[in-house]
Amino acid sequence: MKILFFGQLRELLNVTELQLDATPSDVSALLEHLSAQNDQWRQYLSSDSILVAVNQTLSDKHCKLNEHDEVAFFPPVTGG
Amino acid sequence: MIKSELSANLSPNDYISVQHDDFDLAHEYRNLANNSQCGAVVTFCGLVRDMNQGNQVVALELEHYPGMTEKSLMDIINLARQRWQLGDVRIIHRVGKLSLNEQIVFVGVSSQHRTDAFDACQFIMDFLKTKVPLWKKEQSTEGEYWVNARQTDQQQVKKWIS
Repeated sequence: MKILFFGQLRELLNVTELQLDATPSDVSALLEHLSAQNDQWRQYLSSDSILVAVNQTLSDKHCKLNEHDEVAFFPPVTGG
Repeated sequence: MIKSELSANLSPNDYISVQHDDFDLAHEYRNLANNSQCGAVVTFCGLVRDMNQGNQVVALELEHYPGMTEKSLMDIINLARQRWQLGDVRIIHRVGKLSLNEQIVFVGVSSQHRTDAFDACQFIMDFLKTKVPLWKKEQSTEGEYWVNARQTDQQQVKKWIS
């Protein structure tokens, strides 16, 4: 599973992309898996404002995940 | 032109581009004004402003999610086409480093009559501001910081949904 981070979240975590061998059942489980790395990750990923896209479509924490999904986490968008 | 399985509802003349380079308004207008069935063209152009959220801005950098950005813009055009009778739609969004007064974004819509083009142009911009994965980092006299999302942008998009 490919995990991507963008914007300020990418800077705070200092990670652009990572490959995960495990396949958490849904986005919530994935967030828990990532947060277990350390307290900083837990803090940054626990923000209510963080958005998630699964296979490049805006999604939510209940979205089920599959082995080859691309999951991206990012702050609210500010284009335009 | 967009080649993708998602482009089913796009008109063959619809155009989406996410690019570093600047764009030419006259060229964009000419492309939109080329459809003899359309009597109206509405265009919007967004620029880098010198003051934002109380800070003196000198430049900004735009980051995006390649692939999803284009897909989100296509989805928005499809949504607009479900609501209004549109001729052609053109959207350009720049990424990378931009200086004061530079063009950031272009949305142009043609339609038979003006109301559809006005409404669709506004609709596309409102959705672009809240749904498309782009992020601005501003360089100001106070330092560098990520721009915060605005509540007013969320309210603008809600008025189309309710």
